[in-house]
Amino acid sequence: MRQDLLTTEHLPAETTQTLLDRSDYYLELLKRPGRWTTPSWAMAKPPPISLRSQEGEPILKGYTIANLFFEASTRTRTSFELAERRLGADVVTLTPAVSSLSKGESVLDTVRVLEAMRLDAIVVRHASAGIPQFLADHLPEHVHVINAGDGAHEHPTQALLDAAEMRTALGALRGKHVAIVGDILHSRVARSNVWLLKSLGARVTFVAPETLMPRDAAEVFGIKTTTNLDEVLPTADAIMMLRIQLERQARGFFPSLEEYRAQYGMTPERMSRSKALILHPGPINHGIELDSETAYGERSLVLRQVKRGVAVRMAVLELLFSITS
Amino acid sequence: MNLLLKNARLIDPSQNRDETGLDIEIRDGKIARIGKGLKSDFDARDLKGAVVAPGFCDMHVHLREPGQEHKETIQSGLNAAMSGGFTAICCMPNTEPPVSDPFVVSFIKEKARGHLVDLAICGTMTKARKGEELAPIASLAEAGVRMISDDGSAVSNAMVMRRVFEYAKMFDLLVTQHCEEHTLTASAPINEGKISTKLGLTGWPSVAEEIIIARDILLAEYVGGVRYHAAHVSTAGSVRLIREAKARGAKVSCEVTPHHFTLTDESIETYGTQAKMNPPLRTQEDINAIIAGLRDGTIDAISTDHAPHAAHDKETDIVSAAFGIIGLETAIPIGLTQLVATGHLTLSEYIVRCSTNPRGLLGLPAIRILEGEPASMTIFAPDDRWRFAESDIRSKSHNTPFVGSEFTGRVIGTLNNGQAFWSRN
Ligand SMILES: [Zn+2]
Repeated sequence: MRQDLLTTEHLPAETTQTLLDRSDYYLELLKRPGRWTTPSWAMAKPPPISLRSQEGEPILKGYTIANLFFEASTRTRTSFELAERRLGADVVTLTPAVSSLSKGESVLDTVRVLEAMRLDAIVVRHASAGIPQFLADHLPEHVHVINAGDGAHEHPTQALLDAAEMRTALGALRGKHVAIVGDILHSRVARSNVWLLKSLGARVTFVAPETLMPRDAAEVFGIKTTTNLDEVLPTADAIMMLRIQLERQARGFFPSLEEYRAQYGMTPERMSRSKALILHPGPINHGIELDSETAYGERSLVLRQVKRGVAVRMAVLELLFSITS
Repeated sequence: MNLLLKNARLIDPSQNRDETGLDIEIRDGKIARIGKGLKSDFDARDLKGAVVAPGFCDMHVHLREPGQEHKETIQSGLNAAMSGGFTAICCMPNTEPPVSDPFVVSFIKEKARGHLVDLAICGTMTKARKGEELAPIASLAEAGVRMISDDGSAVSNAMVMRRVFEYAKMFDLLVTQHCEEHTLTASAPINEGKISTKLGLTGWPSVAEEIIIARDILLAEYVGGVRYHAAHVSTAGSVRLIREAKARGAKVSCEVTPHHFTLTDESIETYGTQAKMNPPLRTQEDINAIIAGLRDGTIDAISTDHAPHAAHDKETDIVSAAFGIIGLETAIPIGLTQLVATGHLTLSEYIVRCSTNPRGLLGLPAIRILEGEPASMTIFAPDDRWRFAESDIRSKSHNTPFVGSEFTGRVIGTLNNGQAFWSRN
């Protein structure tokens, strides 16, 4: 694993396992009541992977991390901020107006500004695929770049937290069947998940209408694809519902929300024909891809996914910073 | 220009001539004598191992002047063409302002005056390239444009296109289309296929090119008598459509760029934005079809689509980056490497696609290497192995993925208009 987390495509399975294990550990730690104070770190068992920190000091003390969110996402941004702070880092969050980029401010200019700030890591979310890679290529080597979602490309920490929760609920993922349902075409969650789940030995099926299925997806990802949700219900161990962007209908990807729900919604009736756990990256369109009862029901991992977010991001930061030296 | 070229291999397809060990004496820019063992007082140049061919012509070049002189000027572009081995190029009309009126034509002509490289000019086919109203095609023809095109975009409206064909037919102008059905390519930076799927990028499907070619062929045949030329074709389907049209006897021609017969969309993963082109780089199957099309004559010409961009236009992510690469200085080495050294084309067949055919399509006089004719020649060493370096670039812009590439075949010199330029000693 390199010093950046840009994609899950080449993430070795052992690294993924380490990250999932560490996120389990942090999840436990986060459950402790009271303020998160320095001594609690020192008491933590097992000790952090990194041995760089002084006894009793948070491992990222003295490091500065910038969260660069060109695209609004309160949930992901907050989750990263909490993870960074709890590891003791100094945190700056920049939300450059998206309009400044469209006005021609180049990404390279942004890089130069960031470089001048002497940062240790950058968490970036951008509507264009490839921006995190671009930053990694142009920033000095010691700056870790973490992809917090780039266009329809990847969202690796989301895939890690999904896998962590599925592993908790299902046990080892080898041989498990995960269906990812909805707007695969525009989904970075789907792309990051498919690589990660495959590396852990899971079987993945993409379910989407033909208009929202990327070309050659089965071949590119080495998985099964289908347009028929009912087909996967009996065998899926987990069903990951993707958020449908409501404006896709206006752009002609499907005829109406009613029809979408009828074909691809995880309705109570469909729930009754499946034993699968339900995941959703949020925010949910209630009554379209999922109903509230399903989203917060027994078989749903939705709220646990949110809790897991901070723990996974702590594990990622810990690992990246531990391989600096 | 007085010169004695020694020991050359002369290849002139128009005379079916391919002979080695010839000397060519050039006096006052004209071919004075061709023979073996010639004696002369002129400066002699030994061309052993090199080919002397009729001057190459690149019919699809973006010079950026007027409007974007920081990327390229008419002078810097002509210099790049000269060092790349071309004696003539045709500049495309998507400048600022576009070549939509005769004043821009005379401005460009004035800037190109006296250069070694001849400059042909392409005018727009609709006003300001908007695809709505006919450009003043008669005035443009009178001012000397050799073809018309809205290059950079296609004329979407079929009725407007029909009128372009009908009107251009009166002046026998070559009508060149940038073949892109824009509703299918909106915000698509690369080819639609495995790479776009993996990277999560919107794909530019091959069918978007083929739809326009199919429509235009049908319209041009329906109108009748007009010459239609598909610019920079990139897909197997396009080659098939043009092959079928030619078999019916339609007045259809097309060109291909060196990058489209060399690189696939997988190059995006290696070269990033330097591999972002319009039309995009396709797949190996498309390359195979293009090479077959070059072999059987379906593809008439090799053009560079030389597209200079400033560094910052490319130093960004793939979605925001500009389309296109420079091509004048790498075209001949790439062609010799990919088509000739591999045995796909003979040198003579290659020369036809780089000189005879593009000149014919533009209506430029044919070049013959004969005593009494002006010396317009491209001289290259087809077997020379070398590595292309950034310092070899004379264009103002340096956007190319080919820096560092090893080629078999190298341009040595360019002779035209009584001037000689030697790229290599
Ligand atoms: Zn074009």
